[in-house]
Amino acid sequence: MDTKSLQRVSAEEWRIEPQGKMRVPAVIYATEELIREMDEKVREQIVNVATLPGIEKAAYAMPDAHWGYGFPIGGVAAFDPDRGGVVSAGGVGFDISCGVRTLLTGLTAEDVEPVKRSLADSLYRHIPAGVGSRGLLELSDSELDEMLSGGARWAVNQGYGTEADLSRTEENGRMSGAIPDAVSQFAKHRQRREMGTLGSGNHYLEAQHVTEVFEVSAAEAFGIRRNDIVVSIHCGSRGLGHQIGTDFLREMAVEAKNYGIDLPDRELACAPIESPLGEKYLGAMRAAINCAFANRQIITHLVRRAFAPVIPGAALTVLYDVSHNTCKVEEHQVDGHMKRLFVHRKGATRAFGPNHPGVPETLRSIGQPVLIGGTMGTASYILVGTSESESHSFSSSCHGAGRQMSRAQATKRWRGRELMDELAERGILIRSPSPRGVAEEAPGAYKDVNAVVEASEKSGLSRRVAKLEPLICIKG
Amino acid sequence: MALMAVVTDPAHVALKREVIVERKAPDDEILLMDWLNALIYEMSANQLIFGSFDVLLGDHHLQGRAWGEKVDVERHEPAVEVKGATCTALSVTQNSNRDWVAQCVVDV
Repeated sequence: MDTKSLQRVSAEEWRIEPQGKMRVPAVIYATEELIREMDEKVREQIVNVATLPGIEKAAYAMPDAHWGYGFPIGGVAAFDPDRGGVVSAGGVGFDISCGVRTLLTGLTAEDVEPVKRSLADSLYRHIPAGVGSRGLLELSDSELDEMLSGGARWAVNQGYGTEADLSRTEENGRMSGAIPDAVSQFAKHRQRREMGTLGSGNHYLEAQHVTEVFEVSAAEAFGIRRNDIVVSIHCGSRGLGHQIGTDFLREMAVEAKNYGIDLPDRELACAPIESPLGEKYLGAMRAAINCAFANRQIITHLVRRAFAPVIPGAALTVLYDVSHNTCKVEEHQVDGHMKRLFVHRKGATRAFGPNHPGVPETLRSIGQPVLIGGTMGTASYILVGTSESESHSFSSSCHGAGRQMSRAQATKRWRGRELMDELAERGILIRSPSPRGVAEEAPGAYKDVNAVVEASEKSGLSRRVAKLEPLICIKG
Repeated sequence: MALMAVVTDPAHVALKREVIVERKAPDDEILLMDWLNALIYEMSANQLIFGSFDVLLGDHHLQGRAWGEKVDVERHEPAVEVKGATCTALSVTQNSNRDWVAQCVVDV
């Protein structure tokens, strides 16, 4: 992206003042280097988001922003229903409630290193991954509806986890306001046999080594020490969420004009929050959030089963589970008043600061853990939410490294099997059914995650707590 | 065919099963989305992959047939699941040679 088209506010904040149909400014948080690496489309898309009805304060792009459809990935926008605000299927994305759950293992690198290969094989055997993979469960119609209403709570009630897991999951593992009847039969059919599956693309499960601690007090509160081993799960609402995105993107694209919404581009398809279509989408989307919570809960159960025979007695507990593709109703300060807003985060992580009631009580004085996925060959991070991010970005931060190269370019440049061999030499074991999928996800196809989290910290969106390096990666 | 190439090499797909799709839409662009999403649904829900297609178009109405087989992970080495067809760069146009050009960005 050409920096000349932006007004520089600080080293990490760039602004586009309202022009044309923009109702609010667009704000991008990134260093100059990250801005230059961003596609021009990010600028175009964040400007388009700023034109939508009922948008409050600004349309924001996080440091890992890249070209999405409609909203950029790494986009944040909040809408006021009392001012004709909208909800957008493209503003949430197809992979509704895609997110990261990190598990503490109580183990150190020395505990895992002698059994790393066996653990990688056990995880790969237990956790279905890749195209066409199926879960252990096949849900009936009524079970599906119960899962869509109950989320991770449903999964725990079925025996896949503990009460303690729920207390460390966003929304306590159950999103209220879900309407299973708003979910199409196509979406339900896609999900029937996909519970407890990772999926493909950028989704993964990793055993990670804590190689650096930046903020000891926060790390202690999170239960992390240098040299610990943690497990991170990155996946979402699988076929159900994809189909809900598909169904409502079409319906919103066709119906927008009937609601009097003048879209600068069809891809911004949306509906008023207070409309039958808006309410139906919100009900279906919340059901998909519950599906994602339940999915990550079942995978947690499978991870515990995979660890048990290799490292008997290992006790895996949930550090936190947070989504990065959602629309949530939250209270935020606007012009000195608290307002109830519908906050879209697409490839952006909620990052509540200290003392926010949405943070689990045991972590409230510190702030919300913000879980950032890297690539199979680079670091991931655990960050903590800040108080300043409330005024900067409706308490939002980055979500990952962000792609900088297309999948086609990546497959021309790397070979999956060679990449797996290279990573094995560095001590990173990859298990995947698809060498081509591995090549498409090559670490070099992504931005520098270190630069992204540093920019997030310098922008005041979140602070670094710990750096995690991959040891084992199960890739779909 | 471009949609299938995102997942695997369509040349390696055996044409064992047929799927019939019929859709109506307010315009040709939405119709293209509908066609692609019908195939994506079959790929996701029924684990199919396709290697050959026949499409008949008229007045925002589509009758299509797709031939393929159940995905075989070892043989097809599928790279990625396609989540859905988006409205991004969505267009159906006729060029100066009167050839039709249909484009759509799919999310993976």
